[in-house]
Amino acid sequence: MDHTALALIELGAVFFGLGILGRLAWKIGISPIPLYLIGGVCFGAGGVVPLHGIEQFAHLASEIGVILLLLLLGLEYSAGELVTGLRRSWVAGLVDLVLNALPGVAVALMLGWGPVGALAMAGITYISSSGIIAKVLGDLGRLGNRETPVVLSILVFEDLVMALYLPILTAVLAGATLVGGLTAVGISLVVITIVLVVALKFGRYVSALVDSPDPEVFLLRVLGAALLVAGIASQLQVSAAVGAFLLGIAISGSTAENATRMLEPLRDLFAAMFFVVFGLNTDPRTIPPVLVAAVGLAVVTTVTKVITGWFAAKRQGIARMGRARAGAALVARGEFSIVIAGLAVSAGAVDDQLAALATAYVLLMAIFGPVAARVVEPVARAVNARLRPATA
Amino acid sequence: MVNVDVTPLPGIGTRQDFSTRAGRRVGVVTHRDGHFELIVSRQDDPDACTASIPLSAEEAGALANLLGAPQLVAQLNDEHRDVAGVSTRQLPLPHGSPFDGRTLGDTALRTRTLASVVAVVRAGTVHPSPGPDFTLASGDTLITVGTPQGLAKAVDILDRG
Repeated sequence: MDHTALALIELGAVFFGLGILGRLAWKIGISPIPLYLIGGVCFGAGGVVPLHGIEQFAHLASEIGVILLLLLLGLEYSAGELVTGLRRSWVAGLVDLVLNALPGVAVALMLGWGPVGALAMAGITYISSSGIIAKVLGDLGRLGNRETPVVLSILVFEDLVMALYLPILTAVLAGATLVGGLTAVGISLVVITIVLVVALKFGRYVSALVDSPDPEVFLLRVLGAALLVAGIASQLQVSAAVGAFLLGIAISGSTAENATRMLEPLRDLFAAMFFVVFGLNTDPRTIPPVLVAAVGLAVVTTVTKVITGWFAAKRQGIARMGRARAGAALVARGEFSIVIAGLAVSAGAVDDQLAALATAYVLLMAIFGPVAARVVEPVARAVNARLRPATA
Repeated sequence: MVNVDVTPLPGIGTRQDFSTRAGRRVGVVTHRDGHFELIVSRQDDPDACTASIPLSAEEAGALANLLGAPQLVAQLNDEHRDVAGVSTRQLPLPHGSPFDGRTLGDTALRTRTLASVVAVVRAGTVHPSPGPDFTLASGDTLITVGTPQGLAKAVDILDRG
């Protein structure tokens, strides 16, 4: 068979298969991300059906997937929301950061992956999946709940931390020295501040640059701008993903809403490819040895996220049941943990097992997160009844 | 005075709600894409919602009419209390009415029934003192002042022409 025909057939089969997996996932009420990962693992090296001939396309598509994931994350929140979020939730945000990054660091050090591995694992266990959480909160009809703004403002804080963290990680993965790392931090701090100020004061000009009443022109401009900015950022060693994220923040108002609506299907397509490619590069035989660590990490970081949500909701004067709901809602990890793991693995600066651990961890957390959010109320009620039988 | 809390929901939209005298929280979540959710807090757990009902812009408008028009009627009735024999009623312009898409002048309500339309409530918005060239649409609520006989006749006219 000629090369193009084979590639098309393989690609078609992959997308069609992902479509079936996605449908299945939403039907049983979980995020499709874990199923995409499993799909990738099955097709990859050492998997059931190795896939050849589309590596180059798949690689580029997965890079675009990361850029679109981060661009839409930036579009999701306006600069104003980020600033008020930061002002209102920085204490809870710091508690979140410390409690949830430490378990990752500890496991990385225990497995002997060194400081670079520890930095990557810190991000993987820290960042909640805003995509999964927003979907679950909507599905469970909790958008009107009083603890929901608390949950969302923690997610906003996490996104800001990502904007700082990704350039640092990129610099460290590239083998930067202490000075180089600090320079990266300095540059990213300055860039983020500039972007926030520009977005707050002159957001409409940035928006006007990409905006167009014609949907076709608009799509091409937004996508073009995102890839350009991501490419330039990557050249400047600040990571393509961060460039796209900051562009997303700078675009605001109705332009941002239209861009989100237009890019969502593209994001879903390319992000699915990204998860598959990440799975492809994970040899299934490497997963069993790290399974114990992944389960342990899952248990610990479930508890730490629940504590985070409990603490943050308590600060806002929310009752016990609401605190439990806020905590459980935050448990899900997903796309951004894989983005971080993908950066670390493709740089080749970390242990090969990190990919396996990240895959197993995200599989567990992306499946368990929505379940936790769903079962928290009956569980909390049962615990409450057992703890205080007299008052019940 | 009802104190409405406005809470931003980053990435989703805005929540606007208030506490009723009975201790329930009632409000609306406005999504960025323009659809609404009517939220009602749970009795045993005021932080949570017992219902969040998705509403299209049209449905939200219809609900606003239902809730907004009686207040206007009560207020007008209050003002007309001293005038014997006059009352205020909200008359719906039903679907399939011959006046859907025609002007208020076309109904000739004032000439035929002596009742006058003092306001039209549409999608929760009050259009006060509509002129004869005001175009009606089915689903509108016509706040009408007149004698009981006149109002009864007006209902028939709006329904059948």
